[in-house]
Amino acid sequence: MEFLSPSTLEEALEAKHAHPDGVPIMGGTDVMVELNFDKRRPQALIDLSRVPELSEWGPDNGTVRLGAGVSYSRIVEGLGAGAPGLAKAARTVASPQIRNRGTVGGNLGGASPAGDTHPALLATDAVVELASVRGRRRVAARDFYLSLRETACRSDELITAVLLPEPTGPQQFAKIGTRNAMVIAVTSFSLALDRQRRVVGTGLGAAAPTPVRAEAAEEFLAAEFDWEGGSSPSEAVVRRFGDLVASAARPIDDQRGSSAYRKHALSVMARRALSWSVTEYRKGAA
Amino acid sequence: MAATTRVTDLSSTTRDGVGTSPRRPDGTLKVTGEFAYSSDMWMEDMLWGATLRSPHPHARILGIDITEALKVAGVQAVLTHEDVPGEKRYGLEYQDQPVLAFDKVRYKGEAVAVVAADHPETARRAMERIRVDYEVLEPVSDSRRAAMDPECPLVHEPHELPHHPEYNPRGNRLRYQPVRTGAFAGATGSDGEQEEVLARLRAEAAAVVTTEYEVGMQDQAFLGPESGLAVPAEDGGVDLYVATQWLHVDQRQIAPALGLDQEQVRLTLAGVGGAFGAREDLSMQIHACMLALHTGKPVKFVYNREESFYGHVHRHPAKMRYEHGATADGRLLYATGEVIVDGGAYASATPAVVGVASSLGMGPYEIPNAWMDAYGVYTTNPPCGAMRGFGAVQACFAYESQMDKLAAELGLHPVELRVRNAMSQGSKVITGQEIDMPLPMAEMLERCRDLPMPPAREQLSDPADQRTLPGGVAGTTRGEGVVRGVGYGVGLKNLCFSEGFDDYSTARVRMEVVGGEPVVLVHTAAAEVGQGLVTVKGQIARTELGVEKVVIAPSDTQVGSAGSSSASRQSYMTGGAVKTACASVRDEIFSLARKKGLVPEGLEDTDLSLSGGKVVSATAGALVALPDLLGEAAEGGAVVEHTREFHHRPTEMLDPELGQGDSHTQFGMCVHRAVVDVDVDLGLVKVVALDAVQDVGKVMHPQQLAGQIQGGATQGLGLALMEEVQVEGSEIRNPSFTDYLIPTILDTPPMRIDVLERPDPHSPYGLRGAGEPPTLSSTPAIVAGVRDATGRPLTHAPVRPEDIVGIDV
Repeated sequence: MEFLSPSTLEEALEAKHAHPDGVPIMGGTDVMVELNFDKRRPQALIDLSRVPELSEWGPDNGTVRLGAGVSYSRIVEGLGAGAPGLAKAARTVASPQIRNRGTVGGNLGGASPAGDTHPALLATDAVVELASVRGRRRVAARDFYLSLRETACRSDELITAVLLPEPTGPQQFAKIGTRNAMVIAVTSFSLALDRQRRVVGTGLGAAAPTPVRAEAAEEFLAAEFDWEGGSSPSEAVVRRFGDLVASAARPIDDQRGSSAYRKHALSVMARRALSWSVTEYRKGAA
Repeated sequence: MAATTRVTDLSSTTRDGVGTSPRRPDGTLKVTGEFAYSSDMWMEDMLWGATLRSPHPHARILGIDITEALKVAGVQAVLTHEDVPGEKRYGLEYQDQPVLAFDKVRYKGEAVAVVAADHPETARRAMERIRVDYEVLEPVSDSRRAAMDPECPLVHEPHELPHHPEYNPRGNRLRYQPVRTGAFAGATGSDGEQEEVLARLRAEAAAVVTTEYEVGMQDQAFLGPESGLAVPAEDGGVDLYVATQWLHVDQRQIAPALGLDQEQVRLTLAGVGGAFGAREDLSMQIHACMLALHTGKPVKFVYNREESFYGHVHRHPAKMRYEHGATADGRLLYATGEVIVDGGAYASATPAVVGVASSLGMGPYEIPNAWMDAYGVYTTNPPCGAMRGFGAVQACFAYESQMDKLAAELGLHPVELRVRNAMSQGSKVITGQEIDMPLPMAEMLERCRDLPMPPAREQLSDPADQRTLPGGVAGTTRGEGVVRGVGYGVGLKNLCFSEGFDDYSTARVRMEVVGGEPVVLVHTAAAEVGQGLVTVKGQIARTELGVEKVVIAPSDTQVGSAGSSSASRQSYMTGGAVKTACASVRDEIFSLARKKGLVPEGLEDTDLSLSGGKVVSATAGALVALPDLLGEAAEGGAVVEHTREFHHRPTEMLDPELGQGDSHTQFGMCVHRAVVDVDVDLGLVKVVALDAVQDVGKVMHPQQLAGQIQGGATQGLGLALMEEVQVEGSEIRNPSFTDYLIPTILDTPPMRIDVLERPDPHSPYGLRGAGEPPTLSSTPAIVAGVRDATGRPLTHAPVRPEDIVGIDV
């Protein structure tokens, strides 16, 4: 196995161009586990941890441009206001040690349906930046996940950043685990209310072969919600919203939970996330 | 020497003796990461072993072709069952497990061939080139069917198994142990008669509760995977360095498989990263020795985590049916119980597990009429064996759940019902054995009930702190759906080995003077598995011999057996052996002092003691300092050394028909109260407090005792809420720490511990084994708390979120 350690993005893109089967590695929290378990034998590993651009974040034309290699710990510390949904999701990732290493880029690259950041990226309509020697392009998170662990990222491309729209309303994230820390999501849910565009965003994790949105639920709530006054939706609306979220899920029965439980839990999380959001919305919290 | 000094000496006690909390000798190394665990061992020129395992739970082996594997560069040996030099089967008690599979594989993960190569990766690649032809057979997955259905396919042919008629074997039944007392004992003629008795008792009872329960397969989840290093010796034997629980029982099984004499197989304990029963059985021991002898080179094995799930036995899953009947004033009138434990493919400790599940299956309650049937069966599921509290843990979940249900039926507080039926000293367990040691159960229950409650949620400084809520930092609730519940549990556990087993221990203790200072060496074969025996041995030597400097020799087979580090027995047994050997050393020192005329006329040995490095008399003061009495060892001074065996009192097998007999050595008890917050909508649980009352007879080391009680309670918390090796069609669905969840610190609540010291007159210092009882009581206490919060029946441990929200699994 070749181990490449480019020190600039250009070198990294050239390396990926030369080794389209090469696996990028940043924190190693997924890749190393797969190597140790003998589930993966890549021809080359491309270590991106020395590429400065990937570990930076800052404002970019009305969004936050988050380098793909920024650790979850830094997201928790620095983006609580700038990207609350993602920051909440980052807080639920594994343990402090893993949060110090793991990155959103890695989460996107692995594209596990249970990955913790996907629901928030979907709900907030984030954009994924991909780069190759051919140039850069941007793909909406909502178009990024194609099928089980398959994404829009091409074999010569690297995930370089995500662009996080400035929040204009409450954002929530919750995930189910059968212990109180260090769990892979049994299922997870993210909700974002966009006060300016008056749209609702959702994201569901571990609920289908890919991270998914509950589009019918989004449209339903966007139509029902009192965007002007932020009054609490009726019990019937809350319940319907939960049901629509659950019905967007196509979960499986596996060792982490049953399909029926996942749907049930999604509906409960959706109802709760809505009620938290309404309270925050009224307070004017972004 | 001035007289005043003598007076000072008399009042001094030896530092770090029994009852204090000295720092453990390996503690700093473990905390700083420098401790050498068995997986850290390394030798020049050593080879790496790898194990080819069966991909099928049940299959006939038609052929094994190793040709391609041998061609891999760097491979030094590929061995199959044909290369086993001696006995082809081994076992803890039942010799039924092939060293390497032949004819048939009986569980997924069974070892079929082993490879040695100059690199672990090479060994694994070679392993993949071994071709095994299998004819896949139907798995035998259902333990109830295996126990009851005569048509069920057999896992073992009867003629292949050792003959143990006292265990009532039949078909896939490895052991069937009935117990009958009261009216049930009088009606032994037929099942019909027993049913008549039952019908009569039912009619007399004011309240009857009947329920089926299940306990899932728990993993010991030790952190140091199976590993060891075998080094061929010049005498044709082998030296094995291995993490195990009982060096001599390993030796007893390894030597015959290698076709060697016991003395040719020498074992030394390597650093053990936890055990909890999972190291009672052999894993890589024989394989490493075979490869070392075959290649003439040292061979090291280290399992990875997934392999470890296949490489050791687990806790027996149990299917249980219980019925309890009580009078209107809450007195138990009768109880019936059926417990089926799934032993998996090989016996391991299953007969002993059945022995415990039957004899203690009704718990610590006065029950005039008891009907108990316990079965241990063969299936093609992963083999199950020893794990902390075995047999008693499973039954305790069921009988404690029954007590709660009965209390609810009778409108009694759960503690009140338990108190009304509590055993005490002089009570008899259902085997007829009298509890001839203190058992202050009623007092313990009341003390536990009366412990201060944790603050209510509203009283917390930040009630919305996610770390205090069910679901934790995953943020599933801000208080919505959260309901508090309280539950109690109490269990009775046998301590030391039972049923006629003479699990003695041996200690060699030496006193000599080195550099002008008296030094004691303590040498045993006992396994330090993390529990802290290494500390306790030193404390006992200090207390008994009045010497501060104690050296603990590495545990190996150069000294006699210490028995297993299990059954909560090592402080009792090896502690007892060290104490006894120390007494012999002390007696010889007294006699040396007498010979030198240093003991005044008329003083008996009972008037003498060793303290502060001197021989001391209660009346005459310090008589002589040990350096003066013995002289410097290196200059021909006296070396006083004794090796002593310590045996507990004998026990008996249960009789195979009525299950009567004094089968146990000692009994231990812990009472738990759990306070839980449950998110009743999502089925998530946060244990808020897990408080315990335990009688340990005598506290040897307060800090280590707290560690045992907290650790045992936490392992029970895992079984209550998350820990289950999920087996479907005899295949493990979650062989990793990603999906086999054990409690983290955020799942582990504060634990208030109230320790009683009511000495057991039969044991050294009056101590009682402490490691297992909390593992029994915490599980039912937590589940009872969740029931209290939710009103759900919750008959399966661990409780799954589905169970709490009412979704069928």
